Formats: sequence, structure tokens, C-alpha cells
Amino acid sequence: MAEPLVRLEAVTKIYRMGDVELRALAGVSLDLQPGDFTAIMGASGSGKSTMMNLLGCLDRPTAGRYLLGGQDISSLSNDELARLRNQTLGFVFQNFNLLSRTSALENVELPLLYSNVPAAERRARARESLERVGLGDRLDHHPNQMSGGQQQRVAIARALVNRPRILLADEPTGNLDSRTSEDVMALFQALGQTGITVIIVTHEPDIAAYAARVITMRDGLVRSDVRQAPRAATAQAGQEGHP
Amino acid sequence: MSWLMTLRVALRALGRNKLRSFLTGLGVVIGVAAVIAMVAIGDGAKARVEQTFASIGSNMLIVLNGSSQGGGAMGGAGSLPSLTWDDLRAIQTELSAVREAAPVLRAGSQVMSEDSNWNTSIQGTTPDFLRVRSWPVALGAEFTQTDVDGGMKVAMVGQTVVDKLYGPNANPVGQVVRVKNIPFVIVGVLAKKGQSPFGQDFDDVVLVPVSTFQQKISGGLKNFIAGQIVVSSRGEDGNARAQQQVRGLLRDRHRLSLDADDDFQIRNPSEIASAQQEGTRTLTTLLMVIAAVSLLVGGIGIMNIMLVSVTERTREIGVRMAVGARARDIQLQFLVEALALSVSGGLIGVATGLGIAGWLASAFGWSMLIRPDVILIAVGFSGLVGVGFGFYPALKASRLDPITALRFE
Repeated sequence: MAEPLVRLEAVTKIYRMGDVELRALAGVSLDLQPGDFTAIMGASGSGKSTMMNLLGCLDRPTAGRYLLGGQDISSLSNDELARLRNQTLGFVFQNFNLLSRTSALENVELPLLYSNVPAAERRARARESLERVGLGDRLDHHPNQMSGGQQQRVAIARALVNRPRILLADEPTGNLDSRTSEDVMALFQALGQTGITVIIVTHEPDIAAYAARVITMRDGLVRSDVRQAPRAATAQAGQEGHP
Repeated sequence: MSWLMTLRVALRALGRNKLRSFLTGLGVVIGVAAVIAMVAIGDGAKARVEQTFASIGSNMLIVLNGSSQGGGAMGGAGSLPSLTWDDLRAIQTELSAVREAAPVLRAGSQVMSEDSNWNTSIQGTTPDFLRVRSWPVALGAEFTQTDVDGGMKVAMVGQTVVDKLYGPNANPVGQVVRVKNIPFVIVGVLAKKGQSPFGQDFDDVVLVPVSTFQQKISGGLKNFIAGQIVVSSRGEDGNARAQQQVRGLLRDRHRLSLDADDDFQIRNPSEIASAQQEGTRTLTTLLMVIAAVSLLVGGIGIMNIMLVSVTERTREIGVRMAVGARARDIQLQFLVEALALSVSGGLIGVATGLGIAGWLASAFGWSMLIRPDVILIAVGFSGLVGVGFGFYPALKASRLDPITALRFE
């Protein structure tokens, strides 16, 4: 088997709030291969969000090692972590987190601003990325002029624009209706087939069914790790009503 | 992120809240505008004063006769003749701090040309007078010491007299002007000198040799100078040294005992000028204090709004960090926003201030002077205010934890 893209070795994460210690992760070991489409499931408080923050290099483990592409991230500086988030990782959030009063194109350009891509190339890549998610005709629309599904696809385009190896999605369908959710999942599956490692955090079994691997967490530990035949999502992009 | 890009992002962020950005910058605008306007008007006034004092002669002293005293009533300055022609010669020859000295005798009189007449001040003096007053001749030549010695009927006329008797821009050199019906040949026209700080027209004058003045116009006293002596000083601190030397010499020559008062007076016009400059300096200091206070208040306003902005945009900061902004990118962005606010406030303030100064100058006939260095300092200072007061909010933004920031509601 190939070198894992992500390797967690006995990772713990402890939050201290005054005298109380909160053990959000209690020793998690995990390998993720390039191109894996993984769903992380669990109730709230199970540690899945903490896991997401660690995998996304927004946080460092209290103990244990996190190797990303063979590199131990606990030894990296904040600036180096920012660079990893910029170049290697893409984020998709439940509430989209687009910049308001900013066009879709400029929202998608945002990561490129922080990697000093020249203006012309920035524009071209952002456009290409929006076309990839089926929004080539919405470049100048602002978030408040788009439906939830469209906003989420802008967010996915933003996550993809710097050609990351890993796409992290935190409850990406939490604010979407079921049909739009399926669209988004179809997009993720398509991305997985191009070799991007997709990791989705969700508490909905319906959504996890689209993944090839489901990791269930409880009390900061991995309770089950199942490989399955993913349900195929059917894209219905374009049939969505205009806002 | 490049500087240019950071600036563009900052300007867009400010553009999203135009009214708020404008109101935030208004403190700096008002402060800078007030200072620019007041400095422009103040410097204009100062330049005008300096110009007029320079026209009097900056290193000049005036020596006057003493005041008479009869039955307890004091006469005015110059009412008691005490300065003699020998005193004048002594001042001219014996004192190291004195460059030139000239007598000035005055009389008001009607003067006539072929076509017009005019009442003006006739002054009897010597060619040294022009050196003391640094007063060049515009047309023709000065009268000479020979003219003085010979009591010749020659005259130099001021511009105002030329205008009145011969018309503007006329050249009357060689023509005859009649003073008290005595014909004088005009040998020169004095360059225009303007007004004294108190509105007296320097150019309304006819200069004649002092000897001729005494013989033909106003007899006066034989041994005493029925007028004043103007003295020019030389060297550094010349006026003060010359004043001291002249006083010592005259007290000595007039045999005044140690406890006796001076029987003459020495006036130093440059003292008035320096008092005026002292006043201007006080005004400038006051302006600086006002500027500092208004910029401080403007800066606090900027800091306040920047802190609000950081809180409001916590999510945005979180997103930027998640997609790869480093702490210093965030810090720079907010710093540049504060800087853009304050510097554009400063620039608008400069424009407003110049507008106000221009309006005041034209409405009240004041002079104004635009000093590029003041404008640069004002804009530079507003920039400093932006950096100073924007630093803390920017630091606060850059230290946000991206996880918390992303969850912020």
C-alpha cells in the first residue's frame, strides 16, 4: 500500500478550562490514503470537530503525532501551518463562510491572494474553479444573490482553487435541503475520483452513505472504521431554482 | 500578500461602510484642516509683517532729540533739541558698530509740477540715508555729497509723488518740481517701498539735500539737528551694540551725570519686529497643541472603530486564516485600513484647510502662504496617528484563534 497521506499516531487533544480538563481526543490512530472519501461520524461532543480542526492544521495535538504527507505538523510554525492550509488543504464549512458583499469570483480568489499568484492567473484559476462546480455563469453574483446550494458550491470552488490534496468539509450539507445535499455529495464524489482526499464530518448517516469509508467516533476515540460500497449521488445541478 | 493587494483589500473593506469610514476619518479631517488653514493664514500675516519690517530697514536705529520740560509739563519726543551736527559726525566716525548715519529733517509742503500739485513730506538728508534704509534708486541717480555740500536745489522723489505729479510710470528725471515755489531739479526716482506696518506710505516723499532744506525750506536751528538721525548698524547683533555705543557716545558728549536721564531717545524698529515674531511663535505653538489634540481625538476615533470592525469581522478573519492568511497578513490588512483612513482623512483635511484659507483670504483680504513642508508634516502626522492607533486593533485581529473566529456568531 502507498505511503498514507494522513497518519495520526495516538493523538490526544486536551482542552483546559480553568480546573476542568476536557479530553476531546483520547488517543486516535488513523491512516488516510490519497483519494480516500472518508466520512467521520459521531454525536456532538464525540471529538469529531476537534479531529477536523487537527486534520485541517487549525490546531496542534496535545500529544501524539500528526504526519501530513510524511511531515510532522507539531514541529511547524504558525506561518508554516498557514502555508499548509493555503496549499495542501481546502475547507468547506456548514455555514459556507463566504465573504459578504463580495462576488463569487473574488471569494474564490481569496486563497490565491495569500499565495502571491499574479492577478491575471488568479482570475483565470478562480473562473476555472467556479466552472468546475457548475457556476461559470454566476461569477459576479454576491452570496446574498445565491441559493444555499450555490453558496456552498462557491465555497467548494474556493477550497479547490489552490489545487489541494485534501478537502475537509465540516457538515457541508447541514444547511441544505436533501436534493441540494445530493448535488454537493455528487460533486465530492467526482472530486474524490480525481485523486483528492475528501474528508467529511457529519452526523447524518444518509450523508455518510456516500463515503467509501466511515469512521465513527465516541468520547474522543474511534469506535468503528468501516469500508463500504458508497451510494452513488446523482447530480441535478442546474435544476435548482433561481433565488 | 503584496502591499498593493493589501491596500486594495483595505480600501474595499472601507468602501463597504462608506459613511462610517467617512465619519471615522472626520476627526482627522477637521484637525488637519484647522491646522492647515490657520498656518496658511498665520504664515501669510507673518510674511506680510516681515516684508514691511524689511522695508523699514532691519538693522536700523532712529535717534531722536530729547523731550522738553516746562513747569512740570513734559514735551513729546524730540521737542528738546539736543542732537548737534557734531554729534552726527561723531556717530559717523567714532563708533565701530555703526555703518552709516544720516540726518533727517522733515517738513510738510505743497509741491508742484507743471500740471499738478500735491502735499507731501519733504525730507532733508544726505546720500547715506538711502544706504541706511536700503532704498535703491529706480530711475536717474542719487544726489551726491557734493550736492549736499553745495546746497544744490536737487531732489529725489518717491513713487507716490511721481504718480500724483507726473502720472503713473512717468519718468520725471530732469524735470523741475517746485517746493514752496522753489524749483528743484529731479535727479532720481526712488524704488517703490510700500507701507509701514502702521499704514504710512513710504513713497509719499521728496528727498532734498539737508543743507538746501535748511536754507530754503525750514531754517531750524544752526547747531542742533531739528529732526532725527537714522543709523545703520553692522555685524552680528549690530542693532544692540550700535544702540549701546550711540547711547554711550551721546551721554558722554552731552556731559550727562551718571544719575541723569538721557536727553535723547533711541528707537529700534527691529524690536517691534521681533516682538511680532514672538507673538507668531506663540501662535504657532498654540496651533501645534490644537493639532496634536485634534489628531489624538481623531486617532482614538479610528482605534474605536477599528476595534468594532475587528469584532464584526471575526468570522472573516477566521476564513482568511483558514484559507492561508498568516497572522502578519491579517495584522497588515487592519493596519493598512487604519492607515488608509487616517491618511485619506489627512489629505481631505489638507484640501479642506487650503479651501478655507483661500476663502478667508479672499473674503477678508488676508494674505495666505501655502507651505509644502507643513502639508507634508500634517499628512505624515495623520499617517503616524493611523499606525499608532491602528496597531492595537490589528494586533488583536492577528492574534485571533482561527477555530474560535470561525465559530463566532
